[in-house]
Amino acid sequence: MVENKQKTESVQKASGSAVQVAPSPHLSSSSLTTQRMMLDVIIALLPVILTALYVFQWYAVKQLFICVASCLTAETLFMKMRNKPFSLNDYSATVTGLILALSLPGTAPWYVGVIASFVAIGIGKVIFGGLGMNIFNPAMVGRAFVMLAFASTLGASGYEDVTSAVNAITQATPMTVFKQAGIIAPLSDLFWGLSNGSLGETSAIASIIGGFYLCIRRTASWEIPASVIIVTAILGGIVNLINPQLEWTVLHHMFGGALLFGAFFIATDPVTSPLTTRGKFIFGAGVGAFIMLLRLFSGYPEGVMFAVLLMNALTPLINNWTIPRPLGKLLEP
Amino acid sequence: MADQPTPLERFIQGILPENPVYRQLLGLCPVLAVSNGLKPAITMSVAVAFVLLGANVLISLIRNLLKPHLRIVIFTLTIATFVTLADRFLAAYVYQMSKTLGPYIPLIIVNCIIICRCEVCASKQSVFAAASDAIGQSLGFALALSSIAVVREILGTGMLFGLRVLPTAWPDWVIMILPPGAFLTLGLLLGVINWIDSYKSKKSRSS
Repeated sequence: MVENKQKTESVQKASGSAVQVAPSPHLSSSSLTTQRMMLDVIIALLPVILTALYVFQWYAVKQLFICVASCLTAETLFMKMRNKPFSLNDYSATVTGLILALSLPGTAPWYVGVIASFVAIGIGKVIFGGLGMNIFNPAMVGRAFVMLAFASTLGASGYEDVTSAVNAITQATPMTVFKQAGIIAPLSDLFWGLSNGSLGETSAIASIIGGFYLCIRRTASWEIPASVIIVTAILGGIVNLINPQLEWTVLHHMFGGALLFGAFFIATDPVTSPLTTRGKFIFGAGVGAFIMLLRLFSGYPEGVMFAVLLMNALTPLINNWTIPRPLGKLLEP
Repeated sequence: MADQPTPLERFIQGILPENPVYRQLLGLCPVLAVSNGLKPAITMSVAVAFVLLGANVLISLIRNLLKPHLRIVIFTLTIATFVTLADRFLAAYVYQMSKTLGPYIPLIIVNCIIICRCEVCASKQSVFAAASDAIGQSLGFALALSSIAVVREILGTGMLFGLRVLPTAWPDWVIMILPPGAFLTLGLLLGVINWIDSYKSKKSRSS
């Protein structure tokens, strides 16, 4: 037996160069690399970034620079600590930094961005084994950390700076105004993004343009944003039906806050969302439901971050539920 | 019993090589719950040390009378006696601290460090060995608890022992004094200690 085994091994070794045995898929597209996907995300983020630069000016420049620079530093540092190969050239850290910066308020002090980036890359990603191994969306881990750590600078009041030269920042965010005073922001402001908020979330149209690009390029799966938006619309519609006099309509729910930015750019992270089509629908629906739950019933004006993190935690379970049945396999009794 | 460690070994092992928190991962409930400041952490460590010493010595004294099937009950009763003593003592003399620690002092009864030491050491070895084991393990527990507390208190409030160590401009990391901070700090310190260990063993292997 042992002899046999050795024999086969030696045969395999001898023929190793002649016949190559590799697991499927055998016809893979070499253009589908991490690098290309991340570049696509960066391209898709351009409209959002440009709007942020237009609306928030220096605040956006500062925040984007801090977050991207600290994410790259953190990635280099932590990968070196874990003796992993150099990984800046797949742009994943850049994307994490960009999304993180766009999810923070422009008024946040410099250390918020730095700490959030280090937590995002360190605790959110590298601890789990680097890119592709993380359970939670790194950018959202970083944001959740600073949100809990510096509640005063990232809470509702942190967004507002009355003395600022930038017009948008002198007002409170539309979500907060609605939550606290019940004042409804005009829909066009929410759509074009001329109101206050986190850097990337203000403009609905920018997120839609970038999101459509991502879905067409199939870098993001369309199932997730579609189901997020549908579920939000249904739940928002039910709320409107119950209270018809409410002026915060379904469209306000859609265009206000980080819903579209989150649906297109955060929830679609391929690492932390389910693999199967059915799973993606469940995931998106869960995100949408949690967002509405948090918006309507929690103390926070916005719930995209927590909704995505909660559904990230359920992703392994969803994957397990939705394993496709191989052709010809009998249904279990 | 020739194969049992000597009292000195017991003492040394408790501090770092077999640290109850960082090596055995025992008693994590108080470690996570009361480590948001150095003061409650030290009070907790003292209470645990008292209970551990008392229980270890008493169990060791009666170790020849223990019936195997009843030993856990006896352990628990002995520990509960000392915990009640510690709890009432704290309530009588440092009422405010006793309030802060809340249920975590009575919960020492179910702390696995103590029952583990009773089982592993005190029920098998002499009083002297049991006492030195208790002291070593308590020092290890105190070390672990205060190391976590130092990190959490400095980052969370900028203070140590209620005194300001960082400038007032320090932005308090509120998350560090909340429960998530306890988990993060414990995990990261555990990682640091494992890292130092593997570094050391790599060094000793190569030399």
